[in-house]
Amino acid sequence: MEIFQIWVLPRLNYLIYIFLMLLGLYGMLVKRNYMKKVIGLNILQTAIILFFISTAAKIGATIPIIANHEHHGSHAAVNAVQYINPLPHVLMLTAIVVAVATLGVALAMVIRIYQLFSTIEEDQVLLQLRRETLVADAKESFHD
Amino acid sequence: MNQQLPMVIVVLPLFGTIAGFCTGWWARKMPFILAIMALGGSFTGAVVVASGVMKTGPLHYHISGWIPPFGIEYRIDHLNALLLVLISFLALATAVYARSSVEKEMPDRVFLFWCLYLLLITGLLGIAVTGDLFNLFVLLEVASLAGYALVAAGDRRAAVAGFRYLVIGTVGACFYLLGVGYLYIATGTLNIKDLAVLLPPLYGSGTVITAFIFILAGLAIKIALFPFHAWQPDAYTHAPSAVSVIISTAAAKTFTYALIRVMFSVFTIDFMRSNAPMTGVVCWTGAASIIIGSVYAIAQDNLKRMLAYSSIANVGYLVLGIGLCGATSLGLKPVVVHLVNHALIKGAMFMAACAVIYRQELRHISGLQGLSRQMPVTALMLVLASLSMIGLPPGGGFVSKWYLILASIESGQWGFVAVIFVSTLLMLVYFWRVIEMIYIRPPLSEPAPVTRWSGEQPLGMMIPCVVLSVLSFAIGLVWMSGALDGLIQGVNLNFGLGGVP
Repeated sequence: MEIFQIWVLPRLNYLIYIFLMLLGLYGMLVKRNYMKKVIGLNILQTAIILFFISTAAKIGATIPIIANHEHHGSHAAVNAVQYINPLPHVLMLTAIVVAVATLGVALAMVIRIYQLFSTIEEDQVLLQLRRETLVADAKESFHD
Repeated sequence: MNQQLPMVIVVLPLFGTIAGFCTGWWARKMPFILAIMALGGSFTGAVVVASGVMKTGPLHYHISGWIPPFGIEYRIDHLNALLLVLISFLALATAVYARSSVEKEMPDRVFLFWCLYLLLITGLLGIAVTGDLFNLFVLLEVASLAGYALVAAGDRRAAVAGFRYLVIGTVGACFYLLGVGYLYIATGTLNIKDLAVLLPPLYGSGTVITAFIFILAGLAIKIALFPFHAWQPDAYTHAPSAVSVIISTAAAKTFTYALIRVMFSVFTIDFMRSNAPMTGVVCWTGAASIIIGSVYAIAQDNLKRMLAYSSIANVGYLVLGIGLCGATSLGLKPVVVHLVNHALIKGAMFMAACAVIYRQELRHISGLQGLSRQMPVTALMLVLASLSMIGLPPGGGFVSKWYLILASIESGQWGFVAVIFVSTLLMLVYFWRVIEMIYIRPPLSEPAPVTRWSGEQPLGMMIPCVVLSVLSFAIGLVWMSGALDGLIQGVNLNFGLGGVP
C-alpha cells in the first residue's frame, strides 16, 4: 500500500501510457486481422497523446487563460508555475489530426483489401497471393 | 518576394494539390499541367534559394513573423538547399515520366494520383526547409500518408504492401514523436537551433539518450535500414511505376536527411562522441544493412525487387558514412555525395525497369533476354546506371565509394573497407546478371519481325530516364572537379564536422 501511494500513484499516467503503448504494439504486430491491426495502431497513437498530456499537468495549477484584468487583476495566472503547460495540448491537437488522417487512410486500405480479396484475415490474403504466384510461375514455365 | 521564397517553394505544390482536386473532376488534363507548373515553380525557387544560401549563408524565415523559438522557423542552410534542389528536380523529372505510366496503370484515377503526388512532394519539401522538430513530424506524416496511399494504388499485391507500409511506417512516426516528447520534457523547446544550445549540459541524462534512441529507431524504420526494412521490398516492387521512382529517390533521401538533421543539428557530434557506443552501433548497423541488402538482392529474380534490396544496401552506405563522419576530416562528404548519387542512379534504374514493365510486361530478370533489340535506349540506360552504381569511374557510385573508403581508412576502421569491397563484388554479381541477360544472352525465341524501335518506351518516359542516367555519370565528374566543394564545406561547417578529428 505504501509503495502504491509513494511510487505508483504519482506515475500512474505514465504507467498507463507504457501499458497502452505495449498493448497497441502487440495488437499491430501479433494480431492477424487487418482491422485489429488498425485498432492497435490507434491505441498506440492514443498512448502517445496520453503521454504528452501527462507531461503538461501540474498539481494545483489552473488553465492557461488570462482572466479579466479590469475586475479581478489578481486572478490572472501569469507565472508559469500557476498554469498548466498549454503547448503539449496544442501539439496533441495536431497529433490527433494526424492520427485521424492515418486512421482514414488505413480504413480505406482495409476496405480496398476486402474488395480485392473478400477477406481481411492476413493469413488468407497471403495464401491467395501465394497461390497466384504459383499459378503465374507454372504458366511461365509452360510457355518456356 | 525573395524573402518569401522558402514558404513559396513548399506552398506551390500544396496549392497544386487543391487546385488539381477542384478542377480534375471535369478537366482531365488539368492536374498534370498544374503539377508541372507547381513543380517547375518549386524547382526554380529552390535553385534561387540555393544560390542565395551559397552566397550569403543560411537563410531564415519566421512563419507569420513569430520569433523563434516561440514560432515555427524555416531554416535553410547548405544541406537544406542541396536537398531542396534535389527533391524538386527529381519530382519534376518523375512528373514528366509519370504522365504515360499513370495513364496506363490507373486510367480512372489519374487526377487523384496527381493530387497525392503533389501532396507527397509538399511534405518532402517541407521536411527539407523546416527548423522545428514537431513541424518535421507533421510534414513527415503528410509525406508518408500520401506515400502509403500512392503505394496502395497499384495492383492487388500493392494494396497489401501499402497496408503493411502504413502499419510499420506509423510505428516509426510514433517512435519519432515519442522521442520529440522526451526532448521537449528535457528542454522545453522544439526549435532545432534552440535545442542544440540547450541540450549539451544534458548529454548524460537518461531522458535525452532515450529520446535519441526513439528518434533513431523511428527514422530507421522510415528509411528502411536493415532490421527495420520489412515493409520496403514489397512496397517498392508492387507500387505503380512513378511511385516506385519517387519513393525510392526523393522520399527515401528526404527521410535520410531528417536523420542527419536530428543527429548532427539537434544532438551534435559531441553527443555522439560522449556516448561512444552509439557511433559503433550506427556504423555496424549500416555495415549489416549493406551486406544483407546485397545478399538478398542476389537472390531476387524480380527486377524491381532486386532494386529495392539494392536500396537497402545503399541506405547502409549512407548510415555507415553518418557513423564515420565524426572520425574523419571528410566529415559528411561521403554521405552528401552518396545521397545525391544514389537518388539519381536509383531514379534512372527504376525508370528504366518500370519502362520495361510498361512496354513488355517483363518483371523478371530471366525474361530480359533480347531486350537490347526491342528497347535499345532503355536497355542502355539501365546498364549505364548499373555501371555507375557498381563504381565504374567516373560514375557517381565510384565517387561515393571512394570517399567512403577514404573515410574508413582515415578513421582506422579497416573492417568497413572490407565491407565496401565485398558489397561491390556482390553488386557486380547482381547487376552483371542484368547486363548478361540484356546484351549477351541471345533472345529465347526469335521475335516477330518488328522494326528495332517499335518496343521502345514513349518519349515522355524516355527523356527523364536518359537525363537521370546521364546525370548519374556526369555527377561523378562534377564531384571530382571540385565545383561543389564549397557546398560540402558549408555543410560540414554548419554541423561542426570535417575538422581534424
